[in-house]
Order: sequence, then structure tokens, then C-alpha cells
Amino acid sequence: MTSNYAPDGATQLEIYKRVALLKANDERSRKVIMNGRLVMPYYSYRGQEVIPSAMATALTDDDYWVTIYRGIHDMLAKGMPLKDLWAEIAGRVDGTCKGKGGPMHLTYPKKGIMVTTGIVGSSMPIANGIAWGSQLSGNGRVAVATFGDGASNIGAFHESLNMAAVWKLPVIFLCQNNLYGEHTTYEKATSAKRVADRAVAYNMPGVRVNGNDPIEMFAAAREAVERARAGEGPTLIEAMTFRFHGHVFGDADAYMDKAQKKAAMEADPAPIFRARLIAEGIATEEQLAAIEADIETQIDEAVEFALASPFPELDELTKDVYAQGAAA
Amino acid sequence: MSDTATKAKPVTILQAINTAIADAMAADDTVIVLGEDVADPEDGGVVGVTKGLSTRFGEHRVRSTPIAEQAIIGAAIGASLVGYKPVAEIMLMNFTTVAMDMIVNHAAKLRFMSGGQTNVPIVIRTMTGTGFGSGGQHCDYLEAWFAHTPGMKVVAPSNAADAYGLMRAAINDPDPVLYIENLPAYWTPGEAPEPGHIVPLGKASVVKEGTDVTIISYSRVLTEVVAAVEEMEAAGVSAEIIDLRTISPWDKETVFASVAKTGRCLITHEAVTEFGIGAEIAATLQSEFFGKLKAPVGRLGAPYAPVPFSKPLESAYAPTAKRIAQAAISLTK
Ligand SMILES: Cc1ncc(C[n+]2csc(CCOP(=O)(O)OP(=O)(O)O)c2C)c(N)n1
Ligand SMILES: [Mg+2]
Repeated sequence: MTSNYAPDGATQLEIYKRVALLKANDERSRKVIMNGRLVMPYYSYRGQEVIPSAMATALTDDDYWVTIYRGIHDMLAKGMPLKDLWAEIAGRVDGTCKGKGGPMHLTYPKKGIMVTTGIVGSSMPIANGIAWGSQLSGNGRVAVATFGDGASNIGAFHESLNMAAVWKLPVIFLCQNNLYGEHTTYEKATSAKRVADRAVAYNMPGVRVNGNDPIEMFAAAREAVERARAGEGPTLIEAMTFRFHGHVFGDADAYMDKAQKKAAMEADPAPIFRARLIAEGIATEEQLAAIEADIETQIDEAVEFALASPFPELDELTKDVYAQGAAA
Repeated sequence: MSDTATKAKPVTILQAINTAIADAMAADDTVIVLGEDVADPEDGGVVGVTKGLSTRFGEHRVRSTPIAEQAIIGAAIGASLVGYKPVAEIMLMNFTTVAMDMIVNHAAKLRFMSGGQTNVPIVIRTMTGTGFGSGGQHCDYLEAWFAHTPGMKVVAPSNAADAYGLMRAAINDPDPVLYIENLPAYWTPGEAPEPGHIVPLGKASVVKEGTDVTIISYSRVLTEVVAAVEEMEAAGVSAEIIDLRTISPWDKETVFASVAKTGRCLITHEAVTEFGIGAEIAATLQSEFFGKLKAPVGRLGAPYAPVPFSKPLESAYAPTAKRIAQAAISLTK
């Protein structure tokens, strides 16, 4: 890998803080659903935490991100506040979208989280437009579009990569390859050996990295960000990973290879990263334990805040369809 | 057509649209244009609607795109989310079908799904219309699809002044607007609009006053309605003609006032009759005027069939002045 982009110790700790937050939040989400306190469609990202944690650490608050239904890890990594997030997934008025978006459509422009789409592949055309805006205004902001391996087979992927390359847009196509699209394996659905290989057809750099390795992932992210900011155009990053809990919460996983899943879970990137930080003296056990305890407290507060928040008034049903008071 | 003062020489609808976009771009740096062939090296559009814009404003603001409708609308949406006002061209209305995800699931819904945090001020220009022998995939009127989508606005001018005024209003509007242009009508001359003339969205115009039957239309078929006046008058029928101009949201106030007076209504458009705009208006009138109508609300659209190629079939497809006159007259019998 391009080691000149490798993260220093402090940066690794920043990445880890995000990883710890994402992991704890996923565990809590599943628990809250299991306990019947919340009913929602939930697409667990457990196992994929390192990818957005490293990517977001390579960005600033002003950079943009367009994510998908399996995207709560992306949002938290990019800085969506826990309380706003939890209230939204609970459908409450204090949610980022007043409860009208829900877990598949969270939006938080204050941290550049512009769109969350439930449509496979649709993050990419929109991220291009955001990046076009950056290019026009010369503000140096980068747009990240994240999507799955399965989404690399839909037309929007191909249209978007082509346009981004022709227009040299400051956009990063971040594919989180978890080896499955719903119940179908990567190999059964995808002609290319690697998603990254598809970049060649669009005349842009394409890299496959171990998305579970924070150093490799960060280096690829940072290089892509630099390219974008320098006006050199888009990059496709294929980050290899695995989703531990199937497609959607409650999924029985019957279609999954048991041995493959077991091996992936044993190679859980979060505790491995944690142990390495301690072994390399980047952080102490006490330091990380304190960070994690603080995260648990913040999540406790967010969950209680969300569940105590009122539901929206029924008149919200027809608000925000168009601008209030616009020529209509 | 009373709201434009004109001493200027007539302009075509095509020129009016071009001038409206140019005036909007001159007034506001955030107005940008994209679509297949729209820049001048590519001839300023397949019909030339955007001719001159890239030369005047630069190719960074007027960009020819790859043939990639999802990417075009996606780029428009994305740019609109960060402060731009894109005018995107989808060359022909049938090609909107390959961008429906971007339009229906994203452009129309992002304001609502974000709880009002974001909005999508884009204009999607698209042309259509029978008459040039293009057959089944190049001239459908699909306005009902978009009008059926909460969050979208839909406009369809029938003359040059309205084409200008609706374009200026659509670009100013904070929500996504589908702007329907009729291909055969591009070269129809009409009164020139005043610079800066705005036709507010959602405002119909009463083209001609009358007492016996209200005829509602929009886009090119409106001119067929006007051409039907002579035959209707010969039959002793006085028609009030309403140009809807904005299909969604439609101007209930103007339509209700007219139907309250005439007690009869015919809605005519080039789209197929079934499940169309006429059905929506008819159902609304039925609720509003139940027991007060002198005749059932009439609808006259294309037959429930794809657009045919063969000339006699194509000519029989869209409503004509003759068929409109007959339908209106029969409502008074
Ligand atoms: C256009 C479209 N087709 C089908 C679906 C249903 N669907 C939701 S997620 C999914 C699998 C996507 O797989 P991948 O892109 O690999 O992302 P992952 O869920 O693995 O993160 C499918 C088929 C959809 N949401 N949108
Ligand atoms: Mg996948």
C-alpha cells in the first residue's frame, strides 16, 4: 500500500473512537429491537465499522457524504449526533428528519450527510451532482458516495463513474464489499473478479483494499481525498469486509456459508484494532475503556431521549411535500 | 393571453424558452444547464433550444452530458442540494422513464424525507408530442405519471409568452418542476413576453370567455381547442377556454369559477384518456358540483394505445379541433 498516506498514532486513535462508537451503537440497536422497544427495518453494519471510520477521519465536516439503507455506520462516522439519530429511527419529532425519513433516509446537512437512499445504486448519481457543485464553486469539498458490491451491477453505478471521470469530479466511490447482495453471493452476481477492476473501464484509479484494516483503509481514503481536492478527479475504492448479521435484522442467514461467516466473525476487526493500539503503545487499556464507557453513556442517553421524544403531530403528514408558502 | 403587453415582434416558443433560460442565467449565477448535446459545440441541443447559452455563459455552466439519464438527473439533484438551480434536459419525455428513480424516489421526495432540511430546486425540461412520425417510443405524454407523484410540479405551456413566464417561475421555484415542451409547436410564433415576465405556477389562464361549456386543456392541444371555436359557435355553443398551464398543482379556483358558470366541462389532452389528468379533474368536479352539472364531465384524450407510426393512424391519435368541437357540442345536447 501507499505507506506515505498511513495514519499516525493520533489518527489511528481517532479512527478507533469512531469504530468503538459504531460497534456499540449496532449492538445497542439490535438489543433495543430484540427487547421490543423499537420497531424498524434494521440493516446491521456490524463487521463493516472500520470502512467509514477511516474514510470519515480522512475528511472534514464540510465534506459531503451520500449513503444508503445500510448506512448508520457512515452517518455516525461522519458526525451525526446520537440523539438526533436515535430519535429519527424511532420516528420521533426530535429526529434529524422529524421522524419522516426513518432509518433508511436519515439526513443531516450540518455534517454533510446530504442524502440516504433506500434504492440500490442511487447514492452515486447524486454524489456526482454535489461534487459538481464543489467544482463549480471551487470550495474544495469532496463528496463520498457509498454503496454495496451488489450496487456495482446496477446501471446507476456505470453511468455515474463514467460521468464523474469525464467531468473530473471531486467524488469518491466507496464500495463496501461485504460479499453479499441481499442473499446472493458476490460471485453469482458479479462478472468482474473485483469491483475495483471496473474503474479501468472508466479511466479512473480503482483500488481494492482490506476495509477491515484501518491503516490500509485510511491510506486509500486519504489518497482519494487528496486526488479529489487537487482537481484530479474521482477514485473507486473497493473496501473488502463482511456483514455479520445477514441482510436485514431477523434474517435467518440460511443462504450464508457457515464456515465463511464463522471465520469472518473470528476476525472481527474492532477488537483486533483495539488490541493492536494497546500492543503498539498508541493507547492504554484504561484510556480505551474510558472512551468505550463514555460511548455507552452517550448511547444510553440517546436511546432514552429518543423514546421519550413525542411522535410528530399528524399535520406533519402533508408538510414538507413542497416549500411552505411557495408559489403553489 | 392578456397578461403580456407586447409591441415586440412575435417569437417562437423555442426562442421564448431559450430567452427565459438566458435571462435566468444572467440574473443568477447559480442557474446551470445540463443535458445531452446542450452546449454549443454540440449544436446547443438536438433542436437548438439551448443554442448560444454555453457560448455566452461558459461550458462550466452549460454542460453537454453523456447519454445517461439517471446521471443527468442525479447530477441536477446533487447540485441543487448544495445551492445551484440546475435546468436539466431530458431530450424526449419517453427518456424520463430511465430516470424515474432519480425523479420519483429522490427529486420529489428529498424535501419530505429530510423533514424539510433539504430541497431540490431543479427544472427538468423535456419535449414530446405526436406529428413527426416518431412512433411508439418518442412522443408519449406522460404528465400524469409525474402529477401523480407528490413533491413534483408539472407545467406545460401552449404559447411563447407562457413558455417564457413559466420557465422563469419554474427556475425560481424551490421544488422540482417538470417542464413539458411540445416538439411540433416549437416554431409556433406568438406574442413576445416582457423580459422578466413571470407566470406563477398553479395559475391557469382563461383564454376565451364563454357561457355554455368550459374546455380545459394545456400544451399543444390548447391550440386545437382554440381552432374549434368557429365550429362550436356555428352550432350555437359558447365555449369558455382554460389553459391550465400548470398541471400540478392545478388551478382549482379558476376552473371552479368557470364550471360554476357554464355547468359543463370537457377536458382534453394528448395523453391517453384513461387514468389521465382529465380523470383527476373530472373526479374533483364531480365532488364539487354534484347535482349541479348540466352534463357529465367529458374527457377527450388519445385512445388507449401506444402512438402509431402510420400517418392516418397518427393523425387520428391526438385530439383535433374537429373532435374537440364535436365532443363539446355533444355535451350541450
Ligand atoms: C433498485 C433496487 N433494487 C432492489 C432493492 C432491494 N435490495 C435492498 S438491499 C439489496 C442488496 C444490495 O446489496 P449490496 O449493494 O451489496 O449492499 P449491502 O446490502 O450488501 O450493503 C437489495 C437487492 C433495492 N432496495 N433497490
Ligand atoms: Mg453487499
